[in-house]
Amino acid sequence: MTESLSPRSHDDILDAVRWAVAEKAPLEVVAGGTKRGWGKPLRTNHVLDLSALAGIRLYEPEELILQAAAATPLAEVEAALAQSSQQLAFEPPDFGPLFGRPAGRQTLGGALMANLAGPRRIKAGAARDHFLGFVGVSGRGETFKSGGRVMKNVTGYDLCKLMAGSFGTLGVLSEVTVKVLPAGEKTRTVLVCGLDDEPAAAAMAAALNSSHEVSGAAHLPAGIAAQSAVGYVRDPGTSVTAVRVEGPGPSVEHRCAALRTLLGAWGATEELHGRNSAALWSEVRDVSYFAEEPMRAVWRLSAPPAAAAGFLPGLVRDTGADHFADWGGGLVWLSASPDEAAADRIRVAADSCGGHATLVRGPDALRAAVPVFQPQPAPVAALSERLREQFDPNGVLNPGRMG
Amino acid sequence: MLTMPDPDRNVLGRRDEIVAALRAIVPGEGVIDDETGRRPYECDGLTAYRQLPMVVVLPETVEQVCAVLRYCQGAGIRVVPRGAGTSLSGGALPLEDGVLLGLGKFNRILDIDYANRCAVVQPGVTNLAITQAVQQDGFYYAPDPSSQIACTIGGNVAENSGGVHCLKYGLTTNNVLGVQMAMMDGTLIRLGGKHLDAAGYDLLGLTVGSEGLLGVVTEVTVRLLKAPETMRALLIGFPSSAAAGATVGAIIGSGIVPAGIEMMDRPAIHAAEEFVHAGYPLDVEALLIVELDGPAAEVDHLIERVDGLARGQGATEIRVSRTEEERVAFWAGRKNAFPAVGRISPDYYCMDGTIPRARLPEVLDRMNEMSAHYGLRVANVFHAGDGNLHPLILYDANVAGELERAEEFGADILKLCVEVGGVLTGEHGVGVEKRDLMGEMFSEDDLKQQQRVKCAFDPDQLLNPGKVFPRLHRCAELGRVHIHGGQTRFPDLPRF
Ligand SMILES: Cc1cc2nc3c(=O)[nH]c(=O)nc-3n(C[C@H](O)[C@H](O)[C@H](O)COP(=O)(O)OP(=O)(O)OC[C@H]3O[C@@H](n4cnc5c(N)ncnc54)[C@H](O)[C@@H]3O)c2cc1C
Repeated sequence: MTESLSPRSHDDILDAVRWAVAEKAPLEVVAGGTKRGWGKPLRTNHVLDLSALAGIRLYEPEELILQAAAATPLAEVEAALAQSSQQLAFEPPDFGPLFGRPAGRQTLGGALMANLAGPRRIKAGAARDHFLGFVGVSGRGETFKSGGRVMKNVTGYDLCKLMAGSFGTLGVLSEVTVKVLPAGEKTRTVLVCGLDDEPAAAAMAAALNSSHEVSGAAHLPAGIAAQSAVGYVRDPGTSVTAVRVEGPGPSVEHRCAALRTLLGAWGATEELHGRNSAALWSEVRDVSYFAEEPMRAVWRLSAPPAAAAGFLPGLVRDTGADHFADWGGGLVWLSASPDEAAADRIRVAADSCGGHATLVRGPDALRAAVPVFQPQPAPVAALSERLREQFDPNGVLNPGRMG
Repeated sequence: MLTMPDPDRNVLGRRDEIVAALRAIVPGEGVIDDETGRRPYECDGLTAYRQLPMVVVLPETVEQVCAVLRYCQGAGIRVVPRGAGTSLSGGALPLEDGVLLGLGKFNRILDIDYANRCAVVQPGVTNLAITQAVQQDGFYYAPDPSSQIACTIGGNVAENSGGVHCLKYGLTTNNVLGVQMAMMDGTLIRLGGKHLDAAGYDLLGLTVGSEGLLGVVTEVTVRLLKAPETMRALLIGFPSSAAAGATVGAIIGSGIVPAGIEMMDRPAIHAAEEFVHAGYPLDVEALLIVELDGPAAEVDHLIERVDGLARGQGATEIRVSRTEEERVAFWAGRKNAFPAVGRISPDYYCMDGTIPRARLPEVLDRMNEMSAHYGLRVANVFHAGDGNLHPLILYDANVAGELERAEEFGADILKLCVEVGGVLTGEHGVGVEKRDLMGEMFSEDDLKQQQRVKCAFDPDQLLNPGKVFPRLHRCAELGRVHIHGGQTRFPDLPRF
């Protein structure tokens, strides 16, 4: 039986972690719970449920900052930002449905601790780049903070970067501050149909190497495009390569036209406006295409964008995986059979280009059998482990989750 | 008074033996032990502090860097890395018993990779040289510190340097994709690469801005950007700094993120104008330079909006650049503000702190009160978009007590930054300069947790000790956990 502790304040978290240290009782740290299936399965008897620590504490649109309790629902944050035409520029995906859970449940702290990033990663950065400050409790049962509530936030080591992507293994955050940015007034997406992976990569590179400030570049092979809810993407029955621009109206129109000319060299182009554009990019962001088959393993492979075209044909042939690319080819999403052979093959591909592959979703057995995060060279792995020990020497916070 | 870690007498006594051992690793001119040769390395840009290093080592290969570090670790010798020595916080200040490890010879660009929009460079390459290597193809490296002709990318990584364009394009940390780094024990590791984000903990993000305390960076992969089609700037004069500050808020609040927004106060405007004759209006209290970049259609559209917002806040003078020459002229005064202030005063002390921008008028008022109190003038240039202040305190080192007064004044300004909700640094790092002020911002537990990071990288604390942290704790002491079984009750929390 697992027991759930529900702190209502920072001091409650402090009590809970101190108790866990004293009793050697490891905790699973949970906020919205949407990403519990991501990482090594945990075997703790106690859950630290942060969901009561919610609420926006400070939002100053002109200073471009927002401060909130760590488990504030992301939807609440996004709604508040939308009131001032602002957004979290890293475009955090909602993986709820990918894990068979409802959409709209994730929290701001969870998005940061998983270092989420959507299609705008290539232009605006990931959660790490927008994480300005926090207050938290280390696995030692001590309060610590880092960063600040100003944009040039760091004095001393940038612990926000370390926390981003640490999946709750270094500290439990009670309050976080993020940088927020104006949302583009207008969005247009240029589509090119029927390209194979390789010319698609070249087309995306041409767009990204232009001065048009592209804020999204994705390629959906025919089988994936067929699942899109957007008619312009689904109906041609071919692959679709999509390039997004955002910003003030006149600028977007100009850049969209210029990109259609540029990409015209690869084939006929089409353009999506506001609503269709938003629908397409949220599918790409949330990996909606892989939500339908919950038994398959979902992998996220980060590679140098120009490298993917080289390893993809072999990888797809050997594993039979479905795939699509975001980040101009630098992020490949794969849906593969949930077995170790496919896992090994995907890891080899990631290693071959110096990138890394993460098993985002998979059955417990697979996650127990293979490393969820790309194994690192020995000195880096040892360094990471020494760092983890400095924050959580007794292994009470999500122990082994990233192991 | 600044105190550095006590020199290790044992190490000093073994100096000859150490020099010989280093010569066996780095042959020829690469080991400098005579006093004249060491003299140029005695300080960085924070010239008030000087210390001759025990020996200077200028390796040429990564293998040599690793071997030097391995040897020093084994022999218990402290090491201070150095790039171009332009740090303004004393980050590269040598230690009496330490090796000064200069990376100036690592000045090659190794790979320009447009397909992946990045370049791989050695740490001693200057910031500007990266842009120069790719600009004929229309690319550039975005962070642009004013010292960019001289400062190295290795130093930029260590200090997480910024520039006037980081409001839109980010600091070094947002523009570096990977590093190769030698650890104090001589192990070479790679963090990041040409791909995005980390496989595990973001050690790259932790390394950027670590002020040379975690490892010696031996290679850097930076992101390249395509240069914008058009750049134009507005030069806007205001009758008060409050109006200028309100305009910045109005611009950002209306959804515009300009490529740069810089502010200068009256003393800075006058000093700059006397120096470069940029044509700045002299009858204003504050000047804003707002730069917009992108396609011409966007820039024209936004210039109109910024113009309207500035008028709405009572701007008395608005000029818009029509040619590239005009744009450069608008910037000339700002970019030369430091040397311009250097002309009107025998010495100046350049501060760096960050405040929530809305507090600017109040902070400037308080600074003027302090100026009267200390009897020292102050000129302000300000990265207005992100709240990063650079007050320049004018003093004369030849007048007894002025340097000390300038330092006290500076410390008061930084405390004020923290008091109004800002931080001690903006882009120049903590170094030795702000080391003893860390307690203004952080609790003892905060600082201990930061120092534990150091312990994971350099448990003997041999790499650049005496910087950033006011008190050195031994790693063994930091490692102890202060909670014991039975001492805490089961937390009184709702349970399910
Ligand atoms: C006139 C002037 C204007 C300036 N303007 C700006 C500005 O606009 N924005 C800004 O951000 N800064 C500015 N600076 C500060 C300074 O230029 C930056 O901090 C710069 O990044 C330092 O680079 P450097 O090569 O000179 O490093 P150094 O001064 O040699 O060293 C700085 C720190 O980096 C460490 N270090 C250097 N190389 C390495 C390496 N390879 N591996 C590990 N650690 C290393 C050193 O130990 C030290 O702690 C200015 C300085 C001056 C003098």
